[in-house]
Amino acid sequence: MRITQGCFSYLPDLTDEQITKQIQYCLDNGWAVNLEYTDDPHPRNTYWEMWGLPMFDIRDAKAIMGELDNCRRIHNECYIRLSAFDATDTWESLRISFIVQRPSDEPGFMLTRQEVGGRNMRYETRAYVLQKPEGARYDS
Amino acid sequence: MLEVADTETQNHGPVDLRAEFANAGISDVLYGLDRDLVGLKPVKARIREIASLLLVERVRQKYGYATEAPTLHMSFTGNPGTGKTTVALRMASILKALGFVRQGQLISVTRDDLVGQYIGHTAPKTKEILKKAIGGVLFIDEAYYLYRPDNERDYGQEAIEILLQVMENQREDLVVILAGYADRMEKFFTLNPGFRSRIAHHIDFPDYENPELLSISETMLARQNYHFTPEARDVMRRYIERRREQPYFSNARSIRNALDRARLRQANRLVAYEGPIQPEMLTMIEPGDLLGSRVFLENPGNTGEIDA
Repeated sequence: MRITQGCFSYLPDLTDEQITKQIQYCLDNGWAVNLEYTDDPHPRNTYWEMWGLPMFDIRDAKAIMGELDNCRRIHNECYIRLSAFDATDTWESLRISFIVQRPSDEPGFMLTRQEVGGRNMRYETRAYVLQKPEGARYDS
Repeated sequence: MLEVADTETQNHGPVDLRAEFANAGISDVLYGLDRDLVGLKPVKARIREIASLLLVERVRQKYGYATEAPTLHMSFTGNPGTGKTTVALRMASILKALGFVRQGQLISVTRDDLVGQYIGHTAPKTKEILKKAIGGVLFIDEAYYLYRPDNERDYGQEAIEILLQVMENQREDLVVILAGYADRMEKFFTLNPGFRSRIAHHIDFPDYENPELLSISETMLARQNYHFTPEARDVMRRYIERRREQPYFSNARSIRNALDRARLRQANRLVAYEGPIQPEMLTMIEPGDLLGSRVFLENPGNTGEIDA
């Protein structure tokens, strides 16, 4: 099951050239680009690991693509997302966030039901990969 | 194969280099260089040559005669205060205008910014700087400090290796300009032949002539809305002659410092002045403001102050 999260996620995965253009757009607007990775695909998992620090003071997308390549090499079977932070007054928040790498195989989620008091039903979505420990979830 | 190239050329028709020149916006930059920078004739000539080379290179690319990305790394050598940093900044905009760097920013660094303090600190530090410089120009001032031959465990060597690798492999991403005093740069290149072979353009910055320095001093003052009285201008000319003979003379930088002191003395004079101050008095540098300088003492001695 293909995870959709952030911008562009209903489009086919962006090519490197398209990612480069998006990054350059962010940089031209003066936003700081961040790279984050995780192997927990749950949509409520908002705390991804950061790859290095937010990249302030960078002018050209090529520098960030270099970092992305490094991150991909080390975390080749993880989700990697790229976000851009706008530090201008009153914004001070992320302006864009999109997935730039996903594992080759995404098993998706299991839906479990739990009966609670009365005839109430509690639902839980649980990623199949979460049965494995962190770091070993997408090893093929 | 040859025929294909021929027809393509015909399709493009002849090329108007002058129009290309104008379109690139580079004539503005070169004109600005001529107008804003006094003297430096050989430097300007070299920059013109490089700009022409780059322009022709770009037209050649358009016609499919593309060669690989040209080596654009440069070394600027010259005495202190001869305008190396200023020209580097212009260089960044020329390269940007011609599309040989994508963003055209100038990142100016010295040894401290590149070399770390303990093992494993240097590489990330250097790479961090290189990341900032990608798409623009990396200007390394006093580059010879990177290499300390007397200490073989010095971390500068590590920075040099990373730099050399990037200068070779990422030629299309950034341009490195090394700057420093001529003799020490020469020694640095002898000890690090890798640098010399990767640098295409060696530009030597000559010292300014006295009249050039005078004109620089007037430009500097005008930029801050000051001007010399005619007598003060003569004093300034004498000041330059005498200052040149003294130690630690650093061309335009000495002039800037001298003017800063003159402004100080002018302010002092105005505060002590009894009577109403006319607006134009606020902009005038008078002979006394310059004559107060140590340079005019019969025996300047060593007060420990430079450019006082």
